[in-house]
Amino acid sequence: MTRENYLNKLKNQTRFIQGDEAAAYGALYAGCNFFAGYPITPASEVAELMAKELPKTGGYYIQMEDEIASMGALIGAAWSGGKSMTATSGPGFSLMQENIGYACMTETPCVIVNVQRSGPSTGQATMGAQGDMLQARWGTHGDHEMIALSPSSVQESFDLMIEAFNLSEKFRNPVIFLLDGEVGHIREKVVFPDVSELNIYPRNISKVKTDVFGGARIPPMIEFGMGHRIHVTGSTHKSNGMRDVVSLEAHDTLIRRLNDKIESCRNEIARYKEHFTDDMEYLVVSYGASARPSMGAVLKLREKGFRIGFLRLITIWPFASTIVKELGKKANKIFVPEMNLGQISREIERFVSCDVLPVSKIGGVPHTINEIAEYIEKIIVLK
Amino acid sequence: MNIRFTGFGGQGIILSGVIYGWAAILDNKNAIQTQSYGSSARGGACKCDVIIQDSYIYELVPSGNDILVAFSQPAFEKYKKSLIKNGLLFYDSDLVNIDKFDAESYSISATDIAFKEFGQKLFANIIMLGFLNAKTSIINPEAIEESIRHYVPSKFADTNIKAFKLGMKLN
Repeated sequence: MTRENYLNKLKNQTRFIQGDEAAAYGALYAGCNFFAGYPITPASEVAELMAKELPKTGGYYIQMEDEIASMGALIGAAWSGGKSMTATSGPGFSLMQENIGYACMTETPCVIVNVQRSGPSTGQATMGAQGDMLQARWGTHGDHEMIALSPSSVQESFDLMIEAFNLSEKFRNPVIFLLDGEVGHIREKVVFPDVSELNIYPRNISKVKTDVFGGARIPPMIEFGMGHRIHVTGSTHKSNGMRDVVSLEAHDTLIRRLNDKIESCRNEIARYKEHFTDDMEYLVVSYGASARPSMGAVLKLREKGFRIGFLRLITIWPFASTIVKELGKKANKIFVPEMNLGQISREIERFVSCDVLPVSKIGGVPHTINEIAEYIEKIIVLK
Repeated sequence: MNIRFTGFGGQGIILSGVIYGWAAILDNKNAIQTQSYGSSARGGACKCDVIIQDSYIYELVPSGNDILVAFSQPAFEKYKKSLIKNGLLFYDSDLVNIDKFDAESYSISATDIAFKEFGQKLFANIIMLGFLNAKTSIINPEAIEESIRHYVPSKFADTNIKAFKLGMKLN
């Protein structure tokens, strides 16, 4: 069966599936044809579905010996023309960091799913968390930019995965898909679209030999096997790929370009949804699984007459600083429900002058609507 | 409407919830299903939660259950406190002794009936599903039948539908 036939069969079908599975289906729609990974709770369902379905679309699934090798295989596959992906959780994500840096430095498109569980270390293996928000941004060493997305529902897990592949191709950068154990493991309704109606961003391949590491903000790629000799290295390199590890100018030019290609498009990449921000006195900011009870709490508090707005971050990195800055001017206080001890609230603090209050919950169970609503109400009433 | 199915791993607890959740969607409602993960799903006190609403579901974890279904004593003991005031308890009377637990309760000997009627205990969960839905009318039974056919292996589909209908009649 070809990929086309496979996806035509899925067209307009409704399924009751887990967020992990939806992410895998999203990858198939996006044209992923290479998966390398090592199973880990709560991400194994992504690998399971890819192992079963990817070969049916003509793709390849490899069970690797560990996460370090998985990430290496992704990079190799991408340079051989593949659209590659892996899925892991905290401990595996930590192992992948070195090669994620290599992917940044070599401008290799690939997608890394991190279904977050409670850490550090093995932590609570079967319980969800949002503890890797900053690791996704700064997990690998050195100055680099990162793209990370975080879905709040199973349908969004599917839809956003297509976006993840598109962004990785467009910006030639790894994209971290930050699921959490909750959204990864709930079953919800998903409707599969018609693949012909989707925008799938094609890889920019140069037919002729050209510089693939400079000469443009995002240079085209040349793939292995095309007949050109190219050099791909994690060491500082010139625009033709050859190493130059001692010159200030070569490093400065390369790293500033790598940062600039994403930073200059921050507003284009940074997706969010805002609700009730016109009349707000207070603002709630959340993302992923936490965004669901957060929105529930906002609706509940508005019914009680509190003027509260809501901002849901869909893109985590690059951070949606423009809208946060703007809303921060209107809000007296910002509440940030998240399943960690305040990772994104710390980022929000950089852009606003009002109080930013984390509404933290750890231990593997998501917030309830009442927990968030009661906390916020208490603070507003006591002010 | 929050429903929690509980029992030992292997009794079809999780399948019950998945079938019920998908049936709710076929019946044009919103549904979320979650389940215990890890060792408890394979033995011990396993649970499967289904949230069904007409409106969008914002809460991923039920803060209390309107309905608790118990298929084992350890599961009942572990999860009985999650039943809200005025909640409904459904249990297999051969497997669970609720003692003096104060709740509106309905019981059938689902496992025993399954063995006598179909020669296998594994249809008990579907009999209970029929009984539960007949008592509560949460979902259109046709949607549940469609969901059962979707999730059980096709060679067992007819027997499962029979089990479901038998459960409805026990109301």
